[in-house]
Order: sequence, then C-alpha cells, then structure tokens
Amino acid sequence: MTDLTHLTIAEARDRLLAKDISAIELTDAYLGAIDAANETFNAYVAVTHDKAREMAKASDERLAAGKGGALEGIPLGIKDLFATESVHTQAASHVLDGFKPRYESTVTANLWADGAVMLGKLNMDEFAMGSSNETSYYGPVKNPWRAKGSNVDLVPGGSSGGSAAAVSAFLCAGATATDTGGSIRQPAAFTGTVGIKPTYGRCSRWGTVAFASSLDQAGPITRDVRDAAIMLKSMASVDAKDTTSVDRPVPDYETALGQSVKGMKIGIPKEYRVDGMPEEIEALWQKGIAWLKDAGAEIVDISLPHTKYALPAYYIVAPAEASSNLARYDGVRYGLRVPGKDIIDMYEKTRAAGFGREVKRRIMIGTYVLSAGYYDAYYVQAQKVRTLIKKDFEDVFHAGVDAILTPATPSAAFGIADQDMAADPVKMYLNDIFTVTVNMAGLPGIAVPAGLDGKGLPLGLQLIGRPFEEETLFRASHVIEQAAGRFEPEKWW
Amino acid sequence: MSVDIDTVKRVARLARIAVTEEEAGRMTGELNTILGFVEQLGEVDVSGVEPMTSVIPMEMKKREDRVTDGGKAVDIVANAPATEDNFFLVPKVVE
Repeated sequence: MTDLTHLTIAEARDRLLAKDISAIELTDAYLGAIDAANETFNAYVAVTHDKAREMAKASDERLAAGKGGALEGIPLGIKDLFATESVHTQAASHVLDGFKPRYESTVTANLWADGAVMLGKLNMDEFAMGSSNETSYYGPVKNPWRAKGSNVDLVPGGSSGGSAAAVSAFLCAGATATDTGGSIRQPAAFTGTVGIKPTYGRCSRWGTVAFASSLDQAGPITRDVRDAAIMLKSMASVDAKDTTSVDRPVPDYETALGQSVKGMKIGIPKEYRVDGMPEEIEALWQKGIAWLKDAGAEIVDISLPHTKYALPAYYIVAPAEASSNLARYDGVRYGLRVPGKDIIDMYEKTRAAGFGREVKRRIMIGTYVLSAGYYDAYYVQAQKVRTLIKKDFEDVFHAGVDAILTPATPSAAFGIADQDMAADPVKMYLNDIFTVTVNMAGLPGIAVPAGLDGKGLPLGLQLIGRPFEEETLFRASHVIEQAAGRFEPEKWW
Repeated sequence: MSVDIDTVKRVARLARIAVTEEEAGRMTGELNTILGFVEQLGEVDVSGVEPMTSVIPMEMKKREDRVTDGGKAVDIVANAPATEDNFFLVPKVVE
C-alpha cells in the first residue's frame, strides 16, 4: 500500500469516494507523520489529535451515507492566523497567550462545511510579519528541502512558513495560508509547492487576525495546481460579515485545468529583471516563457514602470495599518497581561513583553508615518504611489494582456539565522520584491514550482492575473506544472 | 528624513510600547534604515494622482438596521486576563 500522506487532495478525494480508504485511516496516517516529524520541522504549534479523529469519523459517516462534501475527509493544516473555535489561535505571538476564540473564521468554517478535517494550527511569522518564519514566538520552521549533499537547515520562507513546510513534508494534504506582501507565494516557491493569493475580496477576512487590512488575503498552499483550485473553491465565499468581501459567485476553478492557453496573451515585465538576480532564475523565467509559448500562448514584452516603488510604498502602508490593527492587544480583553503601576504602564509593559522585535519595529514605523506632521509626506504619498502601481497593471490588461509571468522570488531558500538579513531588515524585505506589487494592486497571483537550482533547491514562477480571473492563472500555471513536473524533497527526516 | 533617539522614545510612547534606553538606541538605527529605504518614494511625480482608498472598486455594503446578534457577554470576556461579573477588570483609572 502506498503511503496515504503522499496522495494529493484530488487523489485522496477519489479514493475516499470509492471507499478504497477511510477518512479515519487517512487522518491517522497524517497524525502519525506529524507525531514523528513535527519535532524536526516545528511546523505545527498545536496538533488537534482528538478533534481530527472526531471530524474524520463524522466524514466517514457522511461518505457512507453518500453525503460527502467537496473536501470530505481531507486532512488540512490551518495557519495560526485563522480563528478556530476553542483551539489555539495566537498568530504565533506571545501577546495572544492562551487565546482560544469562541468563534470560527469564515474561511475555516467554509472548509469544515465542505467536510475537511483539521489536523492542527501551523507556525508562521508573528502576526504574518516576516519572510522566513523566524519572527514566530514559537521559533523557526525548517524547510524540508536541503541543498544537495548539505545538512544545513534552510528557512521555508514566510510568513506562511509552517503551511509551506507541512505541505511539502507531507504533514497535511493542504494548508490555509495568508498573503499580505508575498506570504503565500514566497514560501510556496521556497518549498516546491503551489500557492495562490486570490483577488482582494475573494476570501472573507472575517475571523482572520488582521495585519494590514487593505492587503491581507487568504489562500491555499498545496502540492499541485489542481489541489489549489479545489481548496480555493471551498475557502472563497461571499460573506456579509466582511464589508470588503466581493459579491460574486465562486467559480468551479478545477474546470479551468486542462483548458488550452492558445491565444492567451502573456506579458513579460522588463522591470522584474533586477540587478543581482541569479542567472538560474533568469534561465527559469525563460523556460517558463518557452513552455507557455509552446502551448500556444502569445508572449509580449510589457512595462510596469512603478514596480520599484511597490516595496517602499508597502513598507509605509502595511506598518501604518498594522499599528492601527495591533492597538487592540492591550492586556485587557484577551491574551497576555503584565501588571503595571497604572493602566498606561500596564499597556506598555504588556505590549513590550508580548510583541517580538519585528512586530515592534513595524508598529513603530506605522505609528511614526501616521503621526502629526508626517502623515502627508509618508502615508498619503504612499497611497498615491499605490494608485500608480495599480494603474500600471490596468494599462497592460487594457492593452489585452491576460496574465503576467515573473519569477516568484529573487533567490532560493536561504539559511536559518542568515547574518546579512539579521543585520539589515531591508534585506529581508527584498524577498517580497516580485510579490508585493500584486497585493498593492489587489490582484490574484499564483506561485508554481518550475525547477531546481544548481544546489537542488526549488524555484518558482509567478503568474499575475486580472481581478477575479483566478481561472486564467490555474489554466496557465497548470501548463507550467505539466512541463516542469512536480518536485518533492528527498526525505532526510 | 531620519529620527533621533528622543523621537523614537516619543513614538514608542504613542504606540504604548515600553522601551529601554538600549532598545531605543537599536530601534533608532533600524528605523532610519527603513526610512532611508522608503525615501525614494519622494522622487515619484504624483501630481494629480488620487491616493488609493479601495483596491477593488466596490460599493460599501450596508446591512439592515436590526439587532441580529448579542447576549454573548460570557463569550466576550472568556479570554480576558481579569474579569468580574462579565466586566473587564483594569487598574484604577479614576481617582
């Protein structure tokens, strides 16, 4: 019998429907894998053994009655950012110490309504602020990938590092993740997995711990494109509880797979050819272009002139929104409280002890750029630049471009505790240089593995689409996946 | 623009984060690195450009003006560090 944890969601779904396997067998296989390997990876911050088995048992009953949902019996990992009723929800922060919400996020509620099984909560950068999963209160996550012949531990990327590592190491069939500046796509690229950030407004943000509300979007990380299509269909919805949830029906994304890309116009933006980008990434990009061309797509050179300003604008807008969103962690209503001599002292001590370095840094930047006298120079200027970034995309889409192909990241996964990145926060921020534009413009973007570098580490390509045209991305990324093949880490754990 | 250690302490106070002298010193350097990085936005010509307010054009949803939820005091205080009779307890704020 094959290892059940190596089945994709689509394969597991078919075998569950055929009653070849049971949901409880599948869940037990994953729980066994987690118990054996989580100490190595630190991917889960909480494993919900009993709840998983209960949910799997209920799935088996529904399957037996022929009433299974779209994800019936599929074991998933949930990023610690999603509120899960009575289960650990701390955004991997100390400030939410002991928090167990009395409610369920819309995204996870949608997954359970479709029959999915929760394995536990996944590690992440604290409040989703980071690109390496090293800002987590629970410590770093290890990437299941290592360079050929090396035993040096690499980061899985971030902020959804636990999600990407767990999917790649077969510790869940798929995982929820969130993306504010690249937090789904960069870890997917670092671990040879597929990650899609849908259009802003496609997945409800209700019950997801807020980082930067105008940029945050939930999406899945999975082992292949089909699984991403299946999971996104369940995660997405129209939700009255989120005023930015868009009132449009959710398409059946899976039907987009296998559809031809003949005549599709793919834009190649010259601004994404950055200084110091490794040769291998340029070569991979060219390969992606060739694959899409061979499949009948038309390749056009395009320009997105404000690209270089996206990251600096992001580092004003995102911290500004974060400083406002994180004001609620004050030691009064939930989480950690450190006593003080008066209420202000209590607030200040609680927040000093509860937030990590990176989170404090961003709250400070946000507070500064929103403070009297600086608001126009920083915040309003950044929001104007954001309008221009969005217009760049609108112009190329208006000229007939259907999707844009770029590298997903400027490098492969780097080492845990990288000295350069630790010394200079901006070096870490540059990881998101290719992904952050997409959040600033609210567009959908998918990262799909496309090859390995000379050291044997996975590299990804990114496709960016028009608003609410996720189907185009699934279609085109499926072509890349078919040409590139799939990538699994060699098991060393 | 760059910040000095006194500005960092003032911002920390606004953000309600206690900082030691040493932390304030370290943050001054870090914040200046980031502010130096974002400085380049100044070179973009934004004349006549509206600041973004909504990334996806949409009409603000309005709900019916009706009570649809409530009676959840126990749930609301369930995670609080200190409560009494379904109230949040805080240090004395009024003499």
